[in-house]
Amino acid sequence: MYRYDEFDHQFVQQRTAQFRDQTNRRLSGEITEDEFRPLRLMNGLYLQLHAYMLRVAIPYGTLSSKQMRQLAYIADKWDRGYGHFTTRQNIQYHWIKLEDTPDILAALAEVEMHAIQTSGNCIRNVTTDHWAGAAADEISDPRPVGELLRQWSSLHPEFSYLPRKFKIAVTGAPNDRAAVKVHDIGLRLHKNDAGAIGWEVMVGGGQGRTPMIAVTVRDFLPEKELVAYIEAIMRVYNLYGRRDNKFKARIKILVHEIGAEKFKAEVEAEYARRPEQTTHVEEKELRRIAAYFAPPVFEKLSRFSPAFEEAKLLHPGFARWARNNLAAHRVDGYTIVNISLKPEGGIPGDATSEQMRLMADLAEHYSHDELRVSHPQNIILPHVKKEDVLTIWKALVPAELATANYGLAGDIISCPGMDYCSLATARSIPISQAISRKFADLDVQEKIGPVKINISGCINACGHHHVGHIGILGLDKKGEEFYQITLGGSSTESASIGSILGPGFAGHEVADAVEKILTTYVKLRQPGEEFLYAYRRLGPQPFKEALYAAA
Amino acid sequence: MSDIEKGQVMTANRLRDGEVVFLTRSGEWNEKIDEAVLALEPQATAALEARAKGDEKATLVTGSYLFDAERVDGKIRALHMRERIRTLGPTVRLDHGKQAKGTAGAFAFKEA
Repeated sequence: MYRYDEFDHQFVQQRTAQFRDQTNRRLSGEITEDEFRPLRLMNGLYLQLHAYMLRVAIPYGTLSSKQMRQLAYIADKWDRGYGHFTTRQNIQYHWIKLEDTPDILAALAEVEMHAIQTSGNCIRNVTTDHWAGAAADEISDPRPVGELLRQWSSLHPEFSYLPRKFKIAVTGAPNDRAAVKVHDIGLRLHKNDAGAIGWEVMVGGGQGRTPMIAVTVRDFLPEKELVAYIEAIMRVYNLYGRRDNKFKARIKILVHEIGAEKFKAEVEAEYARRPEQTTHVEEKELRRIAAYFAPPVFEKLSRFSPAFEEAKLLHPGFARWARNNLAAHRVDGYTIVNISLKPEGGIPGDATSEQMRLMADLAEHYSHDELRVSHPQNIILPHVKKEDVLTIWKALVPAELATANYGLAGDIISCPGMDYCSLATARSIPISQAISRKFADLDVQEKIGPVKINISGCINACGHHHVGHIGILGLDKKGEEFYQITLGGSSTESASIGSILGPGFAGHEVADAVEKILTTYVKLRQPGEEFLYAYRRLGPQPFKEALYAAA
Repeated sequence: MSDIEKGQVMTANRLRDGEVVFLTRSGEWNEKIDEAVLALEPQATAALEARAKGDEKATLVTGSYLFDAERVDGKIRALHMRERIRTLGPTVRLDHGKQAKGTAGAFAFKEA
């Protein structure tokens, strides 16, 4: 199980003490808001519409049951009994008081957690595949590499004042579930014909106001060279990245402006002149860190579990949930359980403290004490024996955690939007709720098949609308909320940015528009053809006609 | 129609807990928008701005700004949805925020 090392432990304690002192000085007026703001942001504390918001880092989305229980405790003691799991695999609390925050950080530190690197122009919390270490298709667990990068980049003086924030995502599987192509740096593991592994390094992807797909700068970089190579990328960015204009400061703009070839040449030149040519430190560190992610001891089980198969025959509801919410584990007799935080009409990513405690208990008993937060805002029990799945489902049902819509139309990604966020230009949660209710019938959702509907309440795209198969962006038009629909986005290995379909819609029209799009797809698809592929084959025209022709 | 007045309200977040507050005629910060002073003229808004800046320095509030509002039958309503949400609470959690605490404005969500 992942844990911090002694250095982190000490550091987090120190940081908490520092923040207590800073908060006291702010409350007493010793320091101004302008002086305090960067300090609180460095500790994940934002000011939002109704109160302060605390964003807690969950490295790689990986939590122990003890940590999840502590998150529930914080929700009860200092917030309003719930939290919001985000598209950055973190959790946010929306009703935080400044005066309580030092105590909250201390409570987090008790379980080796903190809110560092969830904000500011630094290398942010590294994200990974939420099925890391469990997925059947995985070449190798990507988290040790993520952790190596985290330890290297945390408070790295050279990279603490970058032109802009910097996000790295890592996947160890060919099926990219970490959206690596829309990150500042994306890393994807490959295995060659000789059985050796190497990392594809992609740079310059991102969402926000200028969405871009990353370009590959190395196809097959040996693992031991990763840190030095990424350091070269960071140096080129630090040197040439624009600091004159916040909206042009991300590395994607640099890569785009000077061109991929020129950027690549700059990185290679920087890499060639690195002062330390050997990689023995990295190799040693990787070995040390890999031990923190040692897989649990799995039992030797048969691939086929009679109890599990029988349960599916006995309980149709269970069979449906098992069909949609389980994923193939790399070990026989085990499965990955995906708990949907998207009940019909619910708020995507929200969980009550009671739900958190229940999921913690289930993880402790049935998933080697491990949980994961996924960027599509669900919770995962990564290592579950098939024979235990029915017990888990029975526990999830009364807690409204057994919605069988994983990966379907109801499994909507949504940012908090204008109901909470001070940056938002429109609400996003009510839109997701309306769509969720429209497709409440799971038979309908299953008939439609896999589709990703992503909603952002502003151009910053926390709700990943650019890479939704159906993306919805909430904007402000002369003081009124209105919504733009894009089609054809994807965040996987065949990533693409969605295209705007046509004029926008008022909030109450969006769910109907989505229904028309999906009805059109069902009518025109070929057997077995998923929405995204049908869209890529058909193009926007039939969907435009369905939406706008009649009007 | 004659009882609708348009103007601006000064708002901020209380420093220690982040609670949304509005500047009143007596120069206090109040959680209820209906207690706020609606500035109808430039001199009045300038006075509110001066007061708010002073209270930011005095560490009472943070992030102060003016927003457009109207007074209808003696009650104040924010013109923009964003500010209406701040005066009430999230439209998707009616059990939280001012609307649940009894400090909401008189105008609840109609379109939510």
